[in-house]
Amino acid sequence: MTGADASTVPALPDATSGRAKDSRAPRRRYSLLTRGDKIVMALMVGIPSALCVFFIWFPAFLSFLLSFTNWQGVTALTAKNFIGLKNYQNLFTTYPFFWPAVEHNVIWLLTLVFIATPIGILLAVLLDREIRGTRLYQSAFFIPVVLSLALIGFIWQLMYAPDGFINSILGLQDNPIDFLGNPNINLFAVLVAASWRHAGYVMVLYLAGLKSVDPTLREAAALDGASASQTFFRVVFPVMRPINIVIVVVTVIEALRAFDIVYIINQGKNGLELLSVLITNASIGEASLLGFGSAIAVVLLVISLVPIVSFLVRTMREGAS
Amino acid sequence: MSATSVAAAVPVAVHRRRPRAPRVVLYVFLTVLALLWLLPVAWALYIALRPVGDTLTNGYFSPPQSLTLQNFFDAWEQGSMGQSFINTAIITGFAVPLTLFISSMLGYVFSRFSFRANLFLLMMFTAGNLLPPQVIIVPLYRIYLLLPLPGFLSEFGHWYDTYFGVIFINVVFQTGFCTFVLSNYMKTISRELTEAAIVDGASLWTTYRKVILPLSRPALAALAVLEFTFIYNDFFWALVLMNHADKRPITSALNQLSGGFFTNYNLFAAAAFIVAVPTIALYLLLSKQFVRGLTLGSTKG
Repeated sequence: MTGADASTVPALPDATSGRAKDSRAPRRRYSLLTRGDKIVMALMVGIPSALCVFFIWFPAFLSFLLSFTNWQGVTALTAKNFIGLKNYQNLFTTYPFFWPAVEHNVIWLLTLVFIATPIGILLAVLLDREIRGTRLYQSAFFIPVVLSLALIGFIWQLMYAPDGFINSILGLQDNPIDFLGNPNINLFAVLVAASWRHAGYVMVLYLAGLKSVDPTLREAAALDGASASQTFFRVVFPVMRPINIVIVVVTVIEALRAFDIVYIINQGKNGLELLSVLITNASIGEASLLGFGSAIAVVLLVISLVPIVSFLVRTMREGAS
Repeated sequence: MSATSVAAAVPVAVHRRRPRAPRVVLYVFLTVLALLWLLPVAWALYIALRPVGDTLTNGYFSPPQSLTLQNFFDAWEQGSMGQSFINTAIITGFAVPLTLFISSMLGYVFSRFSFRANLFLLMMFTAGNLLPPQVIIVPLYRIYLLLPLPGFLSEFGHWYDTYFGVIFINVVFQTGFCTFVLSNYMKTISRELTEAAIVDGASLWTTYRKVILPLSRPALAALAVLEFTFIYNDFFWALVLMNHADKRPITSALNQLSGGFFTNYNLFAAAAFIVAVPTIALYLLLSKQFVRGLTLGSTKG
């Protein structure tokens, strides 16, 4: 509103100015812009886009190229380094950590989907009723969400320590369970901590969604004699479809991005292998198998693009219509 | 007519179907669960507050003989946490405003002008934000070693191991989320306002600066709080793109402090609690902004 002040640029006498003067002429906003405006717009969009392409999508493409090489980063990359699909072949057949890592990522996803997310939804549904001190409860459940997963790994080491809370309350101080060291159980111990955070996240998203549900829908269902659970599953859950999709995407992405918590606990070894960790350990650690690490990166990239692209296409299509 | 009668009828129906006992059960259930939820943080605090001598003789799972703040000072000192917090302040101090500045411009253009390319670009930014950062780390690491940077920003002349490099990649990655949220928010601002300004001869920049930015203040405030938390909590970038431990921000510095760094759990717990305090305090002070930031991206998206 205060925009029409001295600093405004008058329309340049170019092809667009004729229409620019007449506000009732075709509602093509772009044609109202002066040449200076177009340059400004090109800069506003062009510079960030170029940076995003160069620092995210170009490296992603390079990962793809490098995955066909045996490059170790010491000498220059030459044609001799290209070894075709050999990295992928090794990855799928001989490399001992690949399939366990895939399995761990899948278990991670299933745990978040079938345990953490329902807990979050349940909390949201319970807190959505008229409850005294609902903010207090919400804060308690949300606090883990504001902590980093690295810090959560740190905090839960105290819970799982030989003389930590869990072994102590189970009376096992003399013969403690090695929750984080035993490769048969450490993944599940870590998933308790990851779910602790994820449930709070889902709760907040879901609570916002529940607030936006038209209350007359529920009233109508109640009048028709529906029970609380019927109202939820038959009426509320279906109209929450947009939020449900967001939660599915967030959950899948979280499962694929999982890294910090296992890295801080034991660098993602000994039962805590994940794809993200294998990439990092293969290429940044002392091994420096850049080509091989890139092949794992490409696998993770392809898996990640499936939920990302399907979510975005859906969102954009709905936004357009 | 019917609206008021429905509203009046509902509480009665609800009361009849829900006697008092379940209500009590609900409160008990929620209270127990909430306490359980706070337990890990409370346990860290409890250990941190106890003197080492006390826990050495009595174990951690025991009533306190005395409480002390000494562990916090020792952890702060031994873990060089002051330096790490300064690094975090430098990184978030630049990265958060820059991210908001860039994504507000993008959001403005994407929400106001409909080109085909816009949709594609918005998808490109958002998808980039959702990628696991590890998928680009190998080439990015090499690119950071190759890109030159003037001496006042980098001791060694390249992007690797600099504040600049870590700030930069945080901005690039976070721009996707913020642009998505802001363009959704800006779509709710009346088009007539910006059009009127442009028809009146205001430049694109003036419209952005004087019309769109002030009206987007609620979304920007929510995102500022959220982005501070995201970047404060970032572990990976500074871990991989920095070499010197004394440059790393506090969350990445946790990696050095993990394992056998501290001689006892009391110091370990004190360090954990110190790192948790800023974001928990921010949340307790500005919980509305937090929730709004998270849900702007989901409910309108």
